[in-house]
Amino acid sequence: MRYPVGTSLPTLIKGPITKMDLVKYSGASGDFNPIHTIEEFAEQAGLGGIIAHGMLSMAYVGQVVTDFAGTDADLIDFGVRFRAMVRPGDKVICKGTISKVEEKEDGEYVYLQVVAETESSQVVIKGNATLRY
Amino acid sequence: MINQELIGKWSTPVENWIERGAVRKFAEAIGDPNPLYVDETYAKKSRHGRLIAPPTFARTLDYGVIDGLVIPTEGLIHGEQQFHFERPLYVGETIWCSYRLGESYSRSGSLGKMIFLIFEEKGVTSQGEILFTSRSTVIMTQGSDT
Repeated sequence: MRYPVGTSLPTLIKGPITKMDLVKYSGASGDFNPIHTIEEFAEQAGLGGIIAHGMLSMAYVGQVVTDFAGTDADLIDFGVRFRAMVRPGDKVICKGTISKVEEKEDGEYVYLQVVAETESSQVVIKGNATLRY
Repeated sequence: MINQELIGKWSTPVENWIERGAVRKFAEAIGDPNPLYVDETYAKKSRHGRLIAPPTFARTLDYGVIDGLVIPTEGLIHGEQQFHFERPLYVGETIWCSYRLGESYSRSGSLGKMIFLIFEEKGVTSQGEILFTSRSTVIMTQGSDT
């Protein structure tokens, strides 16, 4: 077994997220929903201000997984639930743990649990990923 | 409300070119310095033999339109996102993307009446091989249903 169950992946701390990060992500992703970039709009929408794109936090968590995979493994499955909003000024702390390892015909499958939380330990994303070696 | 007849109907596939500059800008925007996304020399020596795109880049592709399906743009909550990949997306390749509304149901919760929309997307190579599938759960709150 390459990695024992329970192994923690290196923690990745992203941010603090700036409004410019959200402008850049809007442009790069094509998601121009103004709740991510225009303060007045986000206020009017009842969000109490700008919120980050959920997919940006998912990309952050994805980096933990793809950094761990390096060039040895392929990412087969990656899924998350968005649990709370992330706002400018927040740091997003991304973690992963190996929950299962399975030997299959086409390779070794490593199952990961991933989580992202803010500095105040508010969970913003919970999910899982599967790597194939 | 969502017209139930539109459930399960696929959009016409749209041709997407995985452009090098777009992948580089995306990698920059997510702050991911992975050389597999931007460093051609490094990527060529890797198992993939070429540059690849970050996994969540798949979400930025154009999946086309479903005639008659109107989803409000305000008040939506992205609840869940799942991807299944057969292999990474290669920079320079063409991927045909389409989507459908897989199912829709309503529930009452803390935010009042909520409508759950489960979208299913797929990306297919020019040779007709499925490259990835994904599932996105979008929640419409009462405010967005007006």
